[in-house]
Amino acid sequence: MAIGNKFHAAPLVLLVIAFSMSCGLVPILWLGINNPIIPFDSHTLRVLTFTLEQALLSTLLSLVLGVLAALALARRKFLGRNILISLLALPMALPQIVVVLGLIGLFGAEGWLANTIPLYGLSGILLAHVFFNAALVARLTFTALQSIPTEQFRLAAQLGLSDGQHFRHVDWPVLRHSVPGTSLLVFLLCAASFTIVLTLGGPQATTLEAAIYQALRSDFDPARAAALALMQLALCAILASGIIWFTVKPEQQVALRLNPKRFDGQSPFSTIFDAIALVAITLLLLLPLATLVVKGLPCITISASFANALATSFTFSTLAATTTCLMAYTLAHAAARSTRFAKAGQLASIAGLALPPAVIATGWFMLAIATTGLNSIAVVLIVALNTLVAMPYAYGTLAPHMRSIAQLDRLSASLNIAGWNRMRIDVRALRRPLTLAFAMSFVLSLGDLAAVLFFGDGHYVTLPALIYQQMGSYRMQGAIGTALVLAALSWLILFAAEKVWQDA
Amino acid sequence: MLEVNDIHFAFPGQHFHFNLKVEAGSFTTIIGPSGGGKSTLLHLISGFETPAAGKITFNGEDITQLHPGKRPLSIIFQDNNLFPHLTVEENAALGLSPALKLNAAQKSRVIDALNSVNLEDKAHRKPGELSGGERQRAAIARTLLRDNPLLLLDEAFAALGPALRQDMLSLVKTLHVQRNLTTLMVTHHPADARAVASHVAFVANGKVGISGPTADVLANRSHPELQTYLGETL
Repeated sequence: MAIGNKFHAAPLVLLVIAFSMSCGLVPILWLGINNPIIPFDSHTLRVLTFTLEQALLSTLLSLVLGVLAALALARRKFLGRNILISLLALPMALPQIVVVLGLIGLFGAEGWLANTIPLYGLSGILLAHVFFNAALVARLTFTALQSIPTEQFRLAAQLGLSDGQHFRHVDWPVLRHSVPGTSLLVFLLCAASFTIVLTLGGPQATTLEAAIYQALRSDFDPARAAALALMQLALCAILASGIIWFTVKPEQQVALRLNPKRFDGQSPFSTIFDAIALVAITLLLLLPLATLVVKGLPCITISASFANALATSFTFSTLAATTTCLMAYTLAHAAARSTRFAKAGQLASIAGLALPPAVIATGWFMLAIATTGLNSIAVVLIVALNTLVAMPYAYGTLAPHMRSIAQLDRLSASLNIAGWNRMRIDVRALRRPLTLAFAMSFVLSLGDLAAVLFFGDGHYVTLPALIYQQMGSYRMQGAIGTALVLAALSWLILFAAEKVWQDA
Repeated sequence: MLEVNDIHFAFPGQHFHFNLKVEAGSFTTIIGPSGGGKSTLLHLISGFETPAAGKITFNGEDITQLHPGKRPLSIIFQDNNLFPHLTVEENAALGLSPALKLNAAQKSRVIDALNSVNLEDKAHRKPGELSGGERQRAAIARTLLRDNPLLLLDEAFAALGPALRQDMLSLVKTLHVQRNLTTLMVTHHPADARAVASHVAFVANGKVGISGPTADVLANRSHPELQTYLGETL
C-alpha cells in the first residue's frame, strides 16, 4: 500500500458537499420541470437578455482596461509600480456593497462627480463590475505576461521588432491562451453578480441572480424562482465548462520571472497608450475608495444595531471560515495523495463556481420551508452557503502546499514519524496557507449579502445587511460609515494574514 | 576588432569590471566558474544590460548605447531562441524581415539558410515539433540571414548531449570560417575551447582574469583562479 493513503474523512467531506448541492438542485429541478412555460415568458427573457448584455459589456470593458494596464505594467518601470500592482489585489479584499457605497459617494446625487454618470441602472452596474474585474483581468494577464521567457524579450530586441511586431510575436501568443479563460471567468462572475445588481439595478436592470431573490423573497413565487434558477444554472454550467476547457493545465505552467527586463514600448504610441491605461486603472481603483474614506470617516457611529451586526458578522464568519478550512484541509490532504481525490477536489471547486449562491439558496429555501421551517435552521444555512462559496478559494490556497507536504511521506515513513508528530510538522509547514485560507474565507463570509438576505429574514443582521437596510431607508451617511468599517476590517484581516507568517 | 574598455556594471551585491579585446575573425570562448560574469559580459556586449561606465566598440564604432537591435551582432541563447507560434521557416525569416514580408529572392535566401543547417525538410514545423539540436540549428539559420559580423553564443549547446554538442560546435566552426565571423562563445566546457577556439578569456569574480590564444591560456600555471577552475572541470 502506498504511504499515507488512508483517507477516512475526505469521502465524508465530498458526501457533505454533494448532499448540500443536491438539496439545492433537486427542488429547483422538480419545480422547474413542472413549470416549463415560465422560462419563455417576456419578463424572464428580458431578465436573461439583460443578464447577458451587462455581463458581455462588463467583460469587454474589463478586458480592454485590464489587458492594457497589464501590458503597461509589464513593460514599464516607474515610481509606484509595485504599489499599483498591490492595489490590483485590493478589490479581492473588498465586499461588493462597500464598493457600491464608494461609487454612490462619488457619482451619487451628493457625490463629487454627481450627474456625470447615471449610477442606477446599466452604467452603474458596469462601473462596479469593471472596478472588480478590470483589476482581476490585469492581475491574471500580468501573471501570464510574467511567464514569458526572458530570452524572448532579448530575441525580440536583437531582431529589432517594432512594438506591434513585439506584441504579435511575444505577448499575443501568451495572451491568446490566457484571455479566453479570463474572459469566461469575468463573464461568469458578472452573470452571477448579486449584490451590485440588487443595489444599483432596478426593475429594468435586473439579472437572473437578483430576479431569483426577488421572485422568492418579494413575490414568493417559488415556481418562477426555480425556473430562473434553472436558467442561471445552465448559463453558469456552460461558462464553467468553458473555463475548464481554456484553463492552462498545471504541466503547461512555467516558472514566473520577476520583473524581466523588456525592450519594447519605446514608441510614442505605446507610451501614450500605457499612460492612459495606468492612469485609468489607478483612478478607477482609488477614487471610490478615497471617497469612501473621506465621506465615511465622519459618519462612523457605534450604535447598538452596529454592535449587533458586527457580532453577528463575526460569529457567522468564524463558523464559516472554520468549516471551510476543515473541509478544504481534509480534501486537499487526500487530493495530494490520490488522483481520484485530486479530481474530486477539482470538481468540487469548479462546482462551487458553476453553482451560483442564489441557485443553491433557492433550493435550500424551498426545502426548508417544506420541512423544518426557515427560522430553525437559518444559521446553519447561512454558514453552509458561505462555506460552499469560500471552498474553491480555500482549497485552491491549500492544495499546492499540501502537494509539497505529501512529498515528505516517504521520508517521514523512513524516520518513523507518524500521527501527532507528523501533524505538527505539517501544520508548521502549512500555517501560512492555512491562515490565508481562513482569512480569505472569513472575509468572503464577512462581505456576504446573498445568504443573509435569503435566510436571515430580518432576524440576523450582518454588517452588509445593515448597510443594505440603511441604504433602503435612505440613511446614506450611516451606510457609508458602516461600509468604511467593513472595508477596513476586511483589509486588515487579509493584511494581517499576509504578514503574520511572512517568514514561514 | 571588438573592444570592451573599462566597463563597470553592478547587480545588487555583485560588481563587474570588464576589459577585453577580441581580434576580428577570431573564435573566442569565455570560460569560468558559475556566477563569475560570463553571461553578463555577453549581455553587456549585446545591449541587454547597460553599463554604468566604460565603452564597447566594434571596428572602432562606439556601440555602448546602441539598442540591441542596432548592434552588428547576433546572439543564440541556451533556450527559447525561437518564437513557438511560428514555423522554422518563419523564425528564420525574422532575420531578414521583422514584418515577415519577403520577396522571392528573400524567400530563396531563407531556404538556402535552412539548407546550410540541414533543416530544409523541417521548414514548416513549429519549434515544439523539433529536437533540441534542431531548434538550435534553426536559430543558427536565422543568424546567418541577419548577416552580422559578430556571433555570440550564450551556453547555446549546454543542454545538448556530448555527441550532439560536438556536431553543433563543428557546424558553428564551419560557418565561422565560411562567413568570416568574429565569434564569442560562453561555455562551461574547457574542452570546447580546445576543440574550436583560437582564443580563450577566463572570467571570474566579475572580471576577465586572463585572455589570449587558447593553448597559452589553458597551459598557464601562474593564475591560481584559472588553475582551480581547470582542476574542477578537467
